[in-house]
Amino acid sequence: MNGLALLIPLALLMGLIGLGAFFWALRKGQFDDLEGAANRILIDEDGPAE
Amino acid sequence: MTALARLPEGELQHTVLIVPGMHCAGCMGKVERGLKALAGVSSARVNLSARQVAVAHGPALTMPELMDALSREGFSSQPRGEELAPPASAVKPLLAPLAVAGFACMNVMLLSVGIWSGAEGSTRELFHWLSALIGVPAIAYAGRPFFVSAWGALKHMRTNMDVPISIGVTLATCLSLYETMTGGADAWFDGTLMLLLFLLAGRAMDAAMRDKARSGVDALLRQAAPGAMIIGPGGELQWLAASDLVPGMTMRVAAGERLAADGEVITGISRFDRSLLTGESAPVATKPGEIIHAGTLNLDAPVDVRVTAAGQDTSLAEVARLMESAGQARSRYVRIADRASRLYAPAVHSLALASFIGWMLAGAGVYHSTVIAIAVLIITCPCAIGLAVPVAQVVATGALMKHGIMVKDGSALERLAGVDRMLIDKTGSLTLGRPVPDPAVLNALPASAAEVALALASSSRHPLSRGLAEALAAKGYRAAPLTDVSEKAGEGVSAQWLGKKVSLGRPVSAQGMAVALSMEGEPVWLIPLADRLRPDAVSALSQMERMGIEGTILSGDNTTAVADLARQTGLTGQANASPQDKHDAIRRLQEGGKQVLMIGDGLNDGPALAAANASIAPGTASDAGRQAADLVFLGDSLLALPRAVRSARRTMSVIRQNFALAIGYNVLAVPLAIAGQITPLLAAAAMSTSSLIVIANSLRLIRSAR
Repeated sequence: MNGLALLIPLALLMGLIGLGAFFWALRKGQFDDLEGAANRILIDEDGPAE
Repeated sequence: MTALARLPEGELQHTVLIVPGMHCAGCMGKVERGLKALAGVSSARVNLSARQVAVAHGPALTMPELMDALSREGFSSQPRGEELAPPASAVKPLLAPLAVAGFACMNVMLLSVGIWSGAEGSTRELFHWLSALIGVPAIAYAGRPFFVSAWGALKHMRTNMDVPISIGVTLATCLSLYETMTGGADAWFDGTLMLLLFLLAGRAMDAAMRDKARSGVDALLRQAAPGAMIIGPGGELQWLAASDLVPGMTMRVAAGERLAADGEVITGISRFDRSLLTGESAPVATKPGEIIHAGTLNLDAPVDVRVTAAGQDTSLAEVARLMESAGQARSRYVRIADRASRLYAPAVHSLALASFIGWMLAGAGVYHSTVIAIAVLIITCPCAIGLAVPVAQVVATGALMKHGIMVKDGSALERLAGVDRMLIDKTGSLTLGRPVPDPAVLNALPASAAEVALALASSSRHPLSRGLAEALAAKGYRAAPLTDVSEKAGEGVSAQWLGKKVSLGRPVSAQGMAVALSMEGEPVWLIPLADRLRPDAVSALSQMERMGIEGTILSGDNTTAVADLARQTGLTGQANASPQDKHDAIRRLQEGGKQVLMIGDGLNDGPALAAANASIAPGTASDAGRQAADLVFLGDSLLALPRAVRSARRTMSVIRQNFALAIGYNVLAVPLAIAGQITPLLAAAAMSTSSLIVIANSLRLIRSAR
């Protein structure tokens, strides 16, 4: 029972962190251009890093 | 933009340009690099899904400079008009409920596993309370899309798929809460959340498909920027959008430009291509005093036109209105998922009611009978049925999109699968709709002459020149270096090449469309151009025939031109059809019990495209054509037609299998539920297996577009 008292809140907290991260990403526009994100990895950037 | 131009120095402006031609990583790189190379641009970011690029730049930089930079990279672009702001995405509002349902489902499931493996007494009660704590708010939030839609349907005394879902979810939640509070053995939070998760996933997929197709078609639509160069009273030239034109203005229409309004020719003699309006392929010669209509293409020389009707009064707008009223047949179509739920919902509810009454009569008591009735509702909740249609359609649409066929919505595939009659427009649909040089003459042309011809043709905007240049470039020729290039309207292009005078222009005498290539000291080459049948047209049409779809050419062109193509393709034909005639022809066939597929491109096909049971337009079609069509195919080959129909039919058969699988699961599980033998564990296991089976079956459609 003592283990549960620690583990259940921990599991919920970790889940909530994931959920929070998803909502943050949604608001920041990470899902606005999925097609572009899939293609962007193929761009060779020769120029200096920005 | 003018309001932004008054911003103080140093502040950044944000401009969004639409670049329909982008489709890969290479294009994105070129567009972003090309814009960032401009002085004053601080950032450029492409959104490939929307075919747009957002640029942040200093106030000194103007819109035309940005567009120039893009055209140097080989991309045509245009500013995003305010009214053309992209329609709200259908997926985004579903993502947050989906995430909440997923989070809650996983955590509740974790607790449920503890209960299933034998948690007793106070531990089970604690777990139930925790599940309720997570489950109730999550169900309230994630179920909103269903509750809202179900409420909307009930208010209008109708029912849809969301009504049984909402009732099942609500009752299951109430029962679970009651069980939790009274320390009962079973709570159903896990099953309820899993149901919502799967259903939301199905909805999100359906929405994602529509978003994707819409953004593809929208990018094409925005390409057209109708407007005209207006000559002011002082002789100054000014570009005005079509909506700002008023009768009495004078437009200067260059060769190769489309008219933005109806008008009377004041000066200039030219020929006009009216195929967009009437479907007629032969150009019409006009001289001052004659009326020409919006949407016609000026072929030869610049003319000045006094506007007689603009905007909503043009003959073009007339056709658009006819088109709007024609779409009723399609709006009456009921999607297969809704048809299924019309049968399903009453059946499920009477079953639940019957089990309640049955157990009451058997003397089980109100509580026990209610639990069993709710178990029946939970187990029959159409989890796999909610996935049966969208997953199959998403997979098929994705497969078609890879082959350059864009499906505008899922119901289009359902309607397309049922067609048994095809009407096809001639100019632009069965044929390419643009002048193509005679391949025999092109092959006979020596390389040097071909290179000169390409160089000359590419420096003119005349439609014949563009057709020639395209064909020569496609054959791999490079343009020869020319000097002193000059174009004389109505005559042609001339230049110097290695000290010799060369020219490409209107032949002295020729039947039909042709250009003459003359090079000093050599005989003149006469290159005939004609509108040609699309590649693979004959094989595509015979495939359609084999699928039981009889085709007819329906054209606004004259009898000779239609008869000629009918002979080449083996189809029957109807000539001289006005937009109204085309529309009526479809109505007649539909009254005869036929499911009609219309293939057309022009504005004159618009009403017919909207009236038909399903419609397909080529990517080169007019805006109206693309807007009215259910499917748009890119590229020249007509093989897209049998491919789309085949894929649609396969999708429908997979959807029917999916229904059979989903209902089969219910047939097995419902007797258990009625008998009171269903536990939350069994419900969860059955629900997820049937959903996975339906998804796996739908994935077979990946190769459906071959």
